[in-house]
Amino acid sequence: METKPRCGTGTGWTLVRLGLLGVAALLMVVGISRGEVAIVLKKAVNLCLECIGLG
Amino acid sequence: MKISQKLKRKAIQIAAFGLNNCHVGNFFQKGGAKLYTGPWKQFCAPGLNCYSCPAAGLSCPIGALQSVTGSMKMDVSFYVVGFLLAVGVLLGRFVCGFLCPFGLIQELLAKIPLPKKKWRLPPFAKYIKYGVLVVFVLLMPVVVTNVVGMGDPAFCQYICPSGTLLGGIPLISTHPELQQTIGWLFSWKMFLLIAILIGSVLVYRFFCKTLCPLGAIYGILNKVSFYRLTVDEQKCIHCGKCAQVCGMDVNPVKHPQSMECIRCGECAAACPVGAIRIGFGVFRGKDAPAQTANTGCTGRCASCKTCARKNL
Repeated sequence: METKPRCGTGTGWTLVRLGLLGVAALLMVVGISRGEVAIVLKKAVNLCLECIGLG
Repeated sequence: MKISQKLKRKAIQIAAFGLNNCHVGNFFQKGGAKLYTGPWKQFCAPGLNCYSCPAAGLSCPIGALQSVTGSMKMDVSFYVVGFLLAVGVLLGRFVCGFLCPFGLIQELLAKIPLPKKKWRLPPFAKYIKYGVLVVFVLLMPVVVTNVVGMGDPAFCQYICPSGTLLGGIPLISTHPELQQTIGWLFSWKMFLLIAILIGSVLVYRFFCKTLCPLGAIYGILNKVSFYRLTVDEQKCIHCGKCAQVCGMDVNPVKHPQSMECIRCGECAAACPVGAIRIGFGVFRGKDAPAQTANTGCTGRCASCKTCARKNL
């Protein structure tokens, strides 16, 4: 039986994945530079009333 | 002694649960349970784990996403989207199968021995989580805002069972002042939590299959993730054992990169001819026994019943 090439296994796909990783890194850098980390931290260290069903 | 795949996975799941919730002492503080307030909470955990759980050491990515998009200044969170994209491209739903604390809770619930037949969800149920992701996580915090332009984290508020179980119950039970503020919302969340927990006893990973927005994101990225499932079609004897053992109702031979596959590895462990591999990279098939070309039989009986079907 001949093996069909599986979708997502070629070099092209590896490049797509690496490209997506690059985009992810870029997004994180943009987010950090906009001060999003401080918003996340502020929300996470204070009691989130919505999360526990009181908000 | 060879450690089974199941045991290895369980050990990793328990370790991940412990790392996500390492501040256990916060449950027993004077004056009631308190949250960890250190700098690690600026980082997101890969799995669903409420940051209002007193033991939580990291932020929940779904909660973090909503908190940024619901803030006054921003309608999109590059930081959290970037984080989810990176984790999803690297690991896909491996996170669900190995690293998610709420996934472990559901798996333990599914072990409760009830006299049950195998419950199956209707096919449309797996699509509900994509609706939850779009409506409750992406749209409502941005669209439904108050007078100063702030939106509530709608998924956390109305649905998230992790928040109720790991945050709500321990905090409310140790803080009498919070008990006085209980209203319809808490009753709704308790009702939903109980329904999800019962669902998880009857159906393997009920919440992951139907409602989890994080599973929806990683499911989409399963298609392109580095960590993937590969089937060697030359070795596969189509015995169907992999599909039989799959708790997520996936047929790995037909859909190796299925959006439902949590990469638990049960199929690879069950394959009698070693045709399934899960990991980074492509299948090489070095250590798998080769089948005989015409019959599909390896010569080492693995009870796959191929011979019975083919009258060999």
